[in-house]
This record gives sequence, structure tokens and C-alpha cells, in this order.
Amino acid sequence: MDELKTAKPAGEPEVHGHAVDFNNYLRRCAYVFVAVLCAVSLMLVASYLPHFDWPAKVAMILVVACTNAFVVAGFLMHLISEKKMIYTLLAFTVFFFAGLIGLTVWAMQDFPAGTVTH
Amino acid sequence: MEIPYAVYPRPDTGIYNAKVGIWLFLASEVMLFGALFSAYVLIRVGTPPGEWPHGWQNVTLGTLNTLVLALSAITTLMAWVACKVRQFGKFKFFHGCTLLLALTFLCIKGFEYDDHLTHYEIHLTAGSNAGGSIADGHFESAIYMNPETKGQVEKKSFCGMSFATVAGGVTNNYQLASVSIDGRYVNNEEQLIDLRAQKDIKETEIKIPGSEVKDMQSYGPWHNDYLALYFTMTALHALHILGGSIVIGYLWGPGRRLWKVDPEHFTNRVEVSGLFWHFVDLVWIFLFPVLYLT
Repeated sequence: MDELKTAKPAGEPEVHGHAVDFNNYLRRCAYVFVAVLCAVSLMLVASYLPHFDWPAKVAMILVVACTNAFVVAGFLMHLISEKKMIYTLLAFTVFFFAGLIGLTVWAMQDFPAGTVTH
Repeated sequence: MEIPYAVYPRPDTGIYNAKVGIWLFLASEVMLFGALFSAYVLIRVGTPPGEWPHGWQNVTLGTLNTLVLALSAITTLMAWVACKVRQFGKFKFFHGCTLLLALTFLCIKGFEYDDHLTHYEIHLTAGSNAGGSIADGHFESAIYMNPETKGQVEKKSFCGMSFATVAGGVTNNYQLASVSIDGRYVNNEEQLIDLRAQKDIKETEIKIPGSEVKDMQSYGPWHNDYLALYFTMTALHALHILGGSIVIGYLWGPGRRLWKVDPEHFTNRVEVSGLFWHFVDLVWIFLFPVLYLT
């Protein structure tokens, strides 16, 4: 079984080849929290914006939410510097998720003949 | 026999097994929540214009919960960093903060649920002398009377579903004599659908005689499609928070024994639990705008 183990890394603790610095991470987390604060504020402002119809507001809010999710996933879950295998796994997830939502959208107008719609 | 690559990464993939495992699990979780989100889209788009509720949630509490969860995601990450740099004291502090923030989130969510479950829409009988055909507001108290003995009972709280039965006059020969709510009268249900523009809703204590109550229903998941989706999605999310809290609590408490034996293995466990916690935060990032703002 020895060939299945890898040697314990020596020296400084590392993540994906980079040395882990506590203060550096603390600073990065502060930036992420500020980014989340800004995103939440933007979503709130967008939801109360006058002179915009509702679909436009929903689109704006969802764009901000996606950006917020990207920041959290990228920096807190380290997705911006992950291994190839994780990306492969996520690509499959995105494919199936897109299929799930796509099928829903596709079925949205698929009514049996004679159905009364609004 | 030692399980291979439980602590250090496989040379070919560059990651240890538990990390592959948690990402596979998270992929299945994406499909679970994805199914609910697609159900939301289907129902929302299929609802006729003007019938989808707006302004039914407390946006202030929703925003607060968003920030609480974002902060907890950061404390989780810092707990892992503390393990990486071998500062166990800091790990204890940050993971303790995560637990407290998780508890705060659940308390706020519980308060919101309570607010919905004690909020009633009461349809009044035709010809009642009320100011409208529907009374809407939060339950204050109800008085039940036994017609034979004239005995009265006042209840300050009740389970929403059983109350509907009592309103029908079935329970222990006691019938509903009156119900008091803190709310308002409206003439039709359309006035209750979109509350965004109704900034100055004046609520007063209303006492309704039992004979004028046609039916009443709380704002639980049975009330309409929107609340069914709201309770299903947020309750499933809250269950994830609870599950994550149990794991984090275990690592903070009895699970820390591993730290003395194998700190790197313990650090990996913290990382895996952290990835789950970040995913839960990600789900809330979409739940908040979808259910509270749109």
C-alpha cells in the first residue's frame, strides 16, 4: 500500500502550490464580504427601481446574484484555482443542470390539445 | 489496512478522495435544488398576471440572514486557514463563530415562519357588518364557548390547522365565539396579492364574531403556490444549515481529537465541511432574490 501514499509535504503549509498566509486570507475574506455587501445592496436597489418593468428588474437582480455567486464560489471555494478533475466534474453538473432547466422551459408551452390557458 | 489517499492527494488527480467525494455530493445537491428552482420557474411563469404575490416577505430579515450566512462562510474559511497554519486556537474561535451565526440564521428563519403561520386571511360570511369581505392580520386571541354550559375559553395561541376545525364547531362541544386579529379589512383578495405599493397599511385590533367567520386560513404552505414553494425551498435549505451545523459542531467538539493524532487529516475534514457550507451559502444567494425581491 505504500505506493498509494504520497509523502507528507515538508515546510510551509500550501494550497495548490501557494503558501498559506493567515493575514493574506483574512484580507481576501474582507474583500469578499465587502463584495457580497455591495451585491446585496445592488439587488435591493434594483428591486425598488422606478421606471423599469418587472422582467427588467428580475434580469438585473439575477445578474447581480450570479456575480455574487461567482465571487463566493471563486474565492471562498477556491474554484478559480482548482484541479482539472473538479472542473470536469463541474462541467458535467452544468450540463445536467442546463438540461433540467432547459426541459422545464421546453415543456412550458407544451399543453395537451384543448387546454384552456390564460 | 489504511485507506489510500484519505489525507494526501493522489498523484494523478492532485486531490484527496474526500474532496472528490464532497464535490460529487455537491453535484447531486445542485440537481436537488435545481429541480425546485425549475418548479418555481414553471409555476411562476404559468401564473396569470396579477396573481403572483409580491411584498409578502420581510426583506429586512431576509437581508440580515444573507449577511449572517455570508459572514459564516468567511469564518468557515478562516477556520480552515487556521488549521492550515496550525493555529488551533484560532480554528476554535472561527468555527465557534460559524456555529453562532448558523444558530442566528435559524432563529431568524424561525421568526419568519412564525410570522407566516400566525398570519390569517379570514373570509367573512355575506351580510356581516364588517368593513370588508375579508379580514387579514396576525392572530391575537380566540374565544370559544360551550352553548350548553355557557362556559368560555380564551386561547392566545393555537396550531393553525386545528383552529380551522374549531372554527367549524367540532372540538369538545366548544364553538368559536369570536376571534381577534391585529390587521385590516379588505374587499377582495386582489388587495392582498401585491403589497409593495401599500406602504402605509394601518392595522388595528379587530374582533370578529364566530358567526361571521366563513373560513380562515393561515399563511402556511397550504395557502397558495408561492408559499408552498417558499416553505419547501427555505425549509430544505434550513435542513442543510442544520446538518452542516451538526458536522461543524462535531469538528469543534468531540471531532477535534483527530487534531492531536493527525492534524492534516483533521484539516481536510474542516475543508470538506467548509465546501458544503459554502454551497449552502450559494443556494441562499439565489433563494433570497428569488423569494424576497422578485
